[in-house]
Amino acid sequence: MTRVLDVRDLHVSFPTSNGRRFHPVDGVSFSLDRGETLALVGESGCGKSLTSLALLRLIPPPGRVDPGSIIRLGDTDVLALEGEALRQVRGRRIGMIFQDPMTSLNPVFTVGDQIAEGVRAHLPVSKAEARARALGLLQEVGIPDPSGRLNAYPHQLSGGMRQRVMIAIALSAEPEILVADEPTTALDVTVQAQILEVLDQLRRARGMAVLLITHDLGIVAGRADRVAVMYAGQIVEEAPTAELFARPSHPYTQGLFASVPRITGPVQRLTPIGGTVPPATAWPAGCRFRPRCPQAFEKSELPPELLPVGPTHRMRCWLAERNGGR
Amino acid sequence: MGAEHSGMTQLLEVRELVKHYSSGGLFGGAERPVRAVDGVSFEVGRGETLALVGESGCGKSSVGRTILRLQEPTAGRFVFDGTDVFALDRSALRRLRRRMQIIFQDPYSSLNPRMTVGKAVAEGIEIHGLARGPEVGRRVAGLLEEVGLDPGYARRYPHEFSGGQRQRIGIARALAVEPSFIVCDEPVSALDVSVQAQVLNLLADLQRDRGLSYLFIAHDLAVVRQIARRVAVMYLGRIVETGPTEALLASPRHPYTVALLSAVPEPDPTRRRSRIVLGGDLPSPSNPPPGCPFHTRCFHPARNERCRTEVPALRPVGATVVACHYAETTPAPSTGAEARI
Repeated sequence: MTRVLDVRDLHVSFPTSNGRRFHPVDGVSFSLDRGETLALVGESGCGKSLTSLALLRLIPPPGRVDPGSIIRLGDTDVLALEGEALRQVRGRRIGMIFQDPMTSLNPVFTVGDQIAEGVRAHLPVSKAEARARALGLLQEVGIPDPSGRLNAYPHQLSGGMRQRVMIAIALSAEPEILVADEPTTALDVTVQAQILEVLDQLRRARGMAVLLITHDLGIVAGRADRVAVMYAGQIVEEAPTAELFARPSHPYTQGLFASVPRITGPVQRLTPIGGTVPPATAWPAGCRFRPRCPQAFEKSELPPELLPVGPTHRMRCWLAERNGGR
Repeated sequence: MGAEHSGMTQLLEVRELVKHYSSGGLFGGAERPVRAVDGVSFEVGRGETLALVGESGCGKSSVGRTILRLQEPTAGRFVFDGTDVFALDRSALRRLRRRMQIIFQDPYSSLNPRMTVGKAVAEGIEIHGLARGPEVGRRVAGLLEEVGLDPGYARRYPHEFSGGQRQRIGIARALAVEPSFIVCDEPVSALDVSVQAQVLNLLADLQRDRGLSYLFIAHDLAVVRQIARRVAVMYLGRIVETGPTEALLASPRHPYTVALLSAVPEPDPTRRRSRIVLGGDLPSPSNPPPGCPFHTRCFHPARNERCRTEVPALRPVGATVVACHYAETTPAPSTGAEARI
């Protein structure tokens, strides 16, 4: 396996009105191998989207990636880059797609122009060559009648087609990593299935690594190799997908699973997690899930590290110790 | 259909509901109308939930809004507890509204940001003269408690609350006038899963305690299964299949239902179902295909010329009622999902 991305101890902070800083992303570490899909899963406010923005150095000021954080893209220290070198990473080496394709597309340019622009921003090719590549990309993302659609404007396309165009733009510079932040959340389920299929095919065909950011455990189950569950700015559980779904171990992960309505099996009353996600300005002391945790105990007053639950499985909960690491 | 079978008495009946939006065109040209709802019929029993499920643009939200006359119907009939709703004048309609309420996907956009939560919940009570003086405050406190909120929140403003709490406020507001029927328009779609579960449980508890009837509009079949025993699947303004939820999910007869079901992302990596990935896009509701509305995307092996010309009528096949000429031979989604109950 070739390691393409290494994130160590990532902290993102924003200032408060009283001059202190709070940390919506608070010590996140993960890595990505070539051709691999890692899912970052969590609910609103857990820090998953800020984590992905930090990879591209897109944290809006006055927010910042704090000193001591490490983001390595191959041999490149992303946090040390400036100007042109940074531009070579954004889009060129790491492509990104977002939830809402309409707000990321320019309404007054044709789809073909926007993809070709993406190609020419990063690769030294002629206009005609860029146009030809745009056509190839539209084919690759499965847009019917690709040569006709080159001349279409974004508003003439459905939500699913626009998201395919966004994927085509993200792929235009042949990135090593594709960050997909809730790529199908705004789409209908049948369209979602189409888009996830396209992403999977592209990953396999290009050997690209995918960081899939989602709130939906159902999407993760079919698509990711590994899963990292985030809560309150931290990764609280990580494991290969099959392992995590077979043995969800952190009480928060277990709570998420018990909250999801199922399409098969007996219909039972859902068991929601009590309370609400704390705001980033007031992460609880000790284990951050403690105030909502049905299994909290004395030691939960101390902040847990990621502890082993199995050979490939870790969680940020003292129960791992108590259960002897299984 | 369903309401009588389950021994429930019927609360409301919708017949051949049609809602067209005349786009008129930006420059006044006579364009084709958008046929958002194109002949929809159903009934809901007392204390029952019927789910209307479908994707964006299928007309499900238009059905909910049109029967409450938040927008005027183009044609059809809606009888609510013996009253012909579409024939009512304004003041009679206002009185009836007390019994029919709606909650929305985004309660924030339906709450006045300058009105305290207490005032928002009290509004309906005062408009309909259901209580006066200090009794209003007591009722508001009781309602907030019933939906799981601290009664002290009555003095706060909507922006101080999370999405889940706002949805609870929206529910309290709907309950304030003691309705017997609530249109729930995608009430949990914008919520995180842990909060979604809380709100689904709350809706189920309120139904049990108050004998409420729901028309539950949703796009998520797993959510529908959790809350509704009966379901109607909509596509391009029509119901294409309806029946008991479990039967419809276990042996869907309309190819669109099969595709919709196969697309549900299931949180279980061991259950690798064959996905039917539909080709193409949803046709425009201003220019729906002739014949079966689904024929442009259908994968049924028996599909033929008849599907392109003749609109299939809803008819009972197996345990559901379905609008497909070849429903008897619809291929089952070949699945590992035989572990259905």
